[in-house]
Amino acid sequence: MYAYDEIDRTLVNERVLEFRDQVQRRLSGELTEDEFKMLRLQNGVYLQLHAYMFRVAIPYGTLASNQLRQLAHVARKYDRGYGHFTTRQNIQFNWIKLSDLPDALADLAEVGIHAMQTSGNNMRNVTSDQWAGVAPGEIEDPRIWSELIRQHTTLHPEFSFLPRKFKIAITASDHDRAAIKVHDIGLRLIKNEKGETGFEVLVGGGLGRTPFIGKTIKHFVHGRDLLSYIEAILRVYNQYGRRDNIYKARIKILVHELGIEKFSREVEEEWQHIRYSSLQIDDEVIEDIRSRFIYPSYEKLPHMPDELRQAAADPDFEAWRKNSVAAHKNPGYSIVTISLKPIGAPPGDATAEQMDGLADLADKYSFGEIRVGHEQNLALPHVAKRDLPALWKALDKLGLATPNVNLITDIIACPGLDYCSLANARSIPIAQELTRRFANHELANLIGRLHINISGCINACGHHHVGHIGILGVEKNGEEVYQITIGGRADESAALGNLIGPGVKFDEVADVVEDIVEAYLALRERPEELFVDTVKRLGVEPFKERVYATR
Amino acid sequence: MTSPLQQKLKINGSSVVTANRTWDGIVVYRTAAKGWSADLADAAIVRNSDEAKALLAEAVADDVGAIGPYIAPVQVDEAGKILPGNLREQIRRDGVTIDLPV
Repeated sequence: MYAYDEIDRTLVNERVLEFRDQVQRRLSGELTEDEFKMLRLQNGVYLQLHAYMFRVAIPYGTLASNQLRQLAHVARKYDRGYGHFTTRQNIQFNWIKLSDLPDALADLAEVGIHAMQTSGNNMRNVTSDQWAGVAPGEIEDPRIWSELIRQHTTLHPEFSFLPRKFKIAITASDHDRAAIKVHDIGLRLIKNEKGETGFEVLVGGGLGRTPFIGKTIKHFVHGRDLLSYIEAILRVYNQYGRRDNIYKARIKILVHELGIEKFSREVEEEWQHIRYSSLQIDDEVIEDIRSRFIYPSYEKLPHMPDELRQAAADPDFEAWRKNSVAAHKNPGYSIVTISLKPIGAPPGDATAEQMDGLADLADKYSFGEIRVGHEQNLALPHVAKRDLPALWKALDKLGLATPNVNLITDIIACPGLDYCSLANARSIPIAQELTRRFANHELANLIGRLHINISGCINACGHHHVGHIGILGVEKNGEEVYQITIGGRADESAALGNLIGPGVKFDEVADVVEDIVEAYLALRERPEELFVDTVKRLGVEPFKERVYATR
Repeated sequence: MTSPLQQKLKINGSSVVTANRTWDGIVVYRTAAKGWSADLADAAIVRNSDEAKALLAEAVADDVGAIGPYIAPVQVDEAGKILPGNLREQIRRDGVTIDLPV
């Protein structure tokens, strides 16, 4: 956990007072909606189909149990008793009243949570690996650098009116769980030959209307130069980014239009002006941030305790353990992923009761810490292996032990037309139907790792471009139509999926996915060949033939 | 961004003006009595672009009452009942098409 200092607490509390005043002036008519809109967006407040939507930041996906309880409290007191975890380590409340928002923000501020820069054309929540600090083989905890960027960019005037929103993600593991290649800036923490910390910097990744995989702009930027290099990128973007056309305003368009070579020359030139300035980071600054991350005092525990050995005889426990439990850097402990994808339920939603219950379990079994991942699941990062059977039973009572992590029913989906004012088609009912079709756990295990991503419009909040199977809802002649891509992936081998053919109607989507999966099972060379690898080997044609042969 | 009043209005059949109430965000419809109602049945119906422009201008002027007003299609059945004209408006009137988690 990171312990905020007095500056952070003051900043958050002052922001609440400021927003309370802004809301009062809006409700009295002193501020028009045109004047107020940017102010509310800077505090995470959108207007959706049925109500205001309030997006709260969870920096680098790390939550303390008291913070999760406070989110539950906000869900219960000001919303409808649940929250929705997003693909960028935020939580959204869908039914909140504008008049209640200052109180909700004040309640969150009590535990150091805020909504600053969760929307608007500024630097958004800096995301990271949800297993940061505990993943085996990780070079070092990337959240220290996430926090550095968070501190530097929060309310930074130069980054508060960018051409468009700007997203940064950081990973420090070989396996990328933070989707860095589809961010405006992706940072991969590495060491140079002297053992010094630095970053491979990628730029210009993104999804939405015009998807791009990020390109490496610099193979190694020393840690002490990270802020100046990021600032140089942002300055070039601020200067040349399109402000005349919202669809061409993201940095990915600028990088694409200039070309990575020209763009990197511009950045390099800018960087030389600011590299040896106050932006150069002293080791003491990093050490101060590092010292504010509180790590658990792990016990020396056995790798295979008796409790785990005995529980292995229970097939239900084993089914859950195999998919939900991952190796921890400390052999006596595990990382436990909590699926927020029960069969037939909206992906990523958690009730206030579940949040409270999970906070209690975090206190009991995970040193009071919870993580939020971009796959819209949660995690307990420090669970002693001896506690896994007891934790599983407790999670099951909360409805949080669905054993489907990374399987076909672990679907990422945006809120879609059920909630979102931008959406053209529904996402959640498609996800629900797919989870019912593949509810059989043996079948889902037979299929193996397969990520389905669903977006209800071209803005791609469900990251459909990088789903192994991607589903994009559009509107055609007043009807919901879904375009289906296959072969996308969001990890270190990130790729955009390829369209398999004409769009299909709402009622046909689950049938089409079943056809694709059946084709995969028939075509894979061996059970270990993942769906996405079969698609890479064979291309889309065999799947296309299967889907459209009878349609 | 272009103001709703500057946008070209194409009206194909019956329409209403809808928005979200400012203080709580709920869906509301402009009424003939120059107010807002949460019930579509109370909405003022317009049938051509001049009527629509006039109703929209009046709605836009009430910036404190509701935000983001726009023209939405509706159908009026033989009994005079007003029905949403597309899926989006149906969802706005009836709520989400899924069961909420609580």
